[in-house]
Amino acid sequence: MKVEFHRVSQSFGSMRVLDSIDLSVRAGEFVCILGPSGCGKSTLLNIVAGFIAPTEGEVSIDGVPVSGPDPRRIFVFQERGVFPWLNVEQNIGFGLYRLRDGEKRDRIARYVQLVGLQGFEHAYPSELSGGMKQRLEVARALAVDPDVLYLDEPFGALDSITRLQMRRELLRIWEAEKKTILFVTHDIEESVQLADRVVVMSQRPARIRRIIEIDIPHPRDLSAPRYIALRDQLFAEIGLAHQV
Amino acid sequence: MKAGFGIRDSRFALPVCTGIVLLLAWWLAVRMTGTKIFPSPVDVARAIVSLSEKSLLWSYIRDSLVRVFAGYLAGVIVGMPIGMLVGWYAPVERAVNPVVQMLRPISPLAWMPLAVIWFGVSNAAPIFLIFLGTVFPIIVATANAVRNVPPMFLQAGRNFGLTTPALLRRVVFPAMLPRMLASLRIAFGVAWVVLVASEMIAVDSGLGYLIIDARNAGKRYDLVVAGMLLIGIIGLALDTAFRRLERAQAPM
Amino acid sequence: MRRSSFVGIAIFFAAWQVAVTATHATLVPGPLPALAAIGELARRGLLIKYIVASLFRVTWGYFAAVAIGIPSGIALGLWRRGELAVNPFLQILRPISPLAWIPIAILWFGVGDLSAIFLIFLASLFPLIVTAMHAVHNIDTVHVRAGSNFGLSRAQLIRSVILPAILPQLIVGMRIALGIAWLVVVAAEMIAVNSGLGFLIIDARNAGNRYDLVVAGMILIGAIGVVLDLLMRRAERLDFVRWGYAQQ
Repeated sequence: MKVEFHRVSQSFGSMRVLDSIDLSVRAGEFVCILGPSGCGKSTLLNIVAGFIAPTEGEVSIDGVPVSGPDPRRIFVFQERGVFPWLNVEQNIGFGLYRLRDGEKRDRIARYVQLVGLQGFEHAYPSELSGGMKQRLEVARALAVDPDVLYLDEPFGALDSITRLQMRRELLRIWEAEKKTILFVTHDIEESVQLADRVVVMSQRPARIRRIIEIDIPHPRDLSAPRYIALRDQLFAEIGLAHQV
Repeated sequence: MKAGFGIRDSRFALPVCTGIVLLLAWWLAVRMTGTKIFPSPVDVARAIVSLSEKSLLWSYIRDSLVRVFAGYLAGVIVGMPIGMLVGWYAPVERAVNPVVQMLRPISPLAWMPLAVIWFGVSNAAPIFLIFLGTVFPIIVATANAVRNVPPMFLQAGRNFGLTTPALLRRVVFPAMLPRMLASLRIAFGVAWVVLVASEMIAVDSGLGYLIIDARNAGKRYDLVVAGMLLIGIIGLALDTAFRRLERAQAPM
Repeated sequence: MRRSSFVGIAIFFAAWQVAVTATHATLVPGPLPALAAIGELARRGLLIKYIVASLFRVTWGYFAAVAIGIPSGIALGLWRRGELAVNPFLQILRPISPLAWIPIAILWFGVGDLSAIFLIFLASLFPLIVTAMHAVHNIDTVHVRAGSNFGLSRAQLIRSVILPAILPQLIVGMRIALGIAWLVVVAAEMIAVNSGLGFLIIDARNAGNRYDLVVAGMILIGAIGVVLDLLMRRAERLDFVRWGYAQQ
């Protein structure tokens, strides 16, 4: 098991946000954490990333309890996480301070290619679109070659067309680099399109309602019966009729 | 950067402890250097008590407060309308802005000689200087606040058929007030500083006068430091009162 | 400064001249005598000397305040306990006009340049500390978390994330503090120094009611103040801080 959550609970003052979360994630797995906004799923991600300590319970990675942020597990924020005072190259190279210059340059060039930002190496984030900034953030995260990636609704600020493109990009990168990914979202379709397993969270105080396996191989056909059946299962689990 | 356990108690405990340490250090420094002139905390405390017993202190404070509020209000009453016009009408801005930018870096104190010519040695001179110190920042801040009123408010006002004067009165003015509160508070801080400075020159009452007189008429540095502390504390109290007003008016 | 600014200033001078002639004011000089007085200063070799003297004092006082105030403000911004402990005393010292420090300044530094520089230092110090503190408070948590995620030590975090993030706000604060320093130089030069633009104003009035020199001094102070402000605004256009103003 790569990541293990053991009875993780979180309270802020008297408000109980997470209630006894138990979850195991395998190495190389793509797991989506699905739930309505404000249910505590971002808190869960911040806990496993080491930015918050859980009130109760423990998270461990490779058997070692998490005690703080670590460059082996990079958190991808929404596109406002990129550093506005650095250009594309400098952002991607941010975590590479231990490498020699030549190696660093090669690594940066490789990830610029990977996320499709060629030609924009010297551009500043203020000159980039939302989608490009998000790709920049992913490149910065990947450049340090982490084991695990945490993504907190990374495509939330993008328009729906860009979102579809970004999901395809992310899956391409995931299959190429074989990282373990924990992806928080409130978008049911997104979770079915991306994940190996979807962890459905309840409202606050958040518990795991159900874990659903998505056993469709990639690339996933959005009209296939199996896809639709799984998506409907999730709709039902969340408690929504799929008619507007 | 998590909040530690005692943060709420620390809000009082920490400054109080620091204050005690500073007072001790001050007292020790005075004792160890054997200075005859610089007062110890005890001297200063005694000076404040003796001052408050003589009604002089209270009349000085009253004079200072009267001057600062008069000058400040004058600055606001003149500055805000001008600022609104500057923010609203581009030609007005082109005409007025360079003048404001030129006059702003000139310390109100530099106007002192002219103030004395025009007003003589009286209350009016400090009030004029305070007015000068506050009117320029207020004009600039008001103009900015007017420019930053969300366009959709203006569009809504026009949509309901408001003429420009009505628009300025019923939409622009209320919309910009919350944004102005911080600048108004800062302008008052300036007024307070200019007040003390102007009182050190051409008047014969007030907290500023207290300091300069204490030094000139007898090198009473205990009174000097006492005066400085009073100026600081009263200035802080007024600033805090302003902040309360700011918070009561939650921004739109 | 656009062309319209010069027009505006010209109109102001014209209006001033008109006001003086119309009211037959004897003591208040019009713009022409004032400008003539500037010429007189130049001829006596005092113009440059006084300007340099004032700039010299402002530079020393201001840079001392920057060197002490900004690191202190950053430290207080990062260290919540330190801020809670020290802030009330900062708030008490802040409203005390630099002039009120004159007796203490003379006591500690005697009469002369050092006292004047001390006053300018004090006047710039508090705004700089407060600016740096607020700038640190306003840093987006996301950036600090991202920085620590990449394994940066505390020192690296300060150098690579916190300092660049606060730089735009710092520069604005530094520009405002420079304006304050320049304002205070008039007051500071009242302490028996014998050169400088503030001295010019005080001295011209005392030694012979030369109000044309007084107004000349005011014009010079205003003009140099504007130049200093414009220079600082240049700094705000540099690439590595420009991002901070776009997001307003």
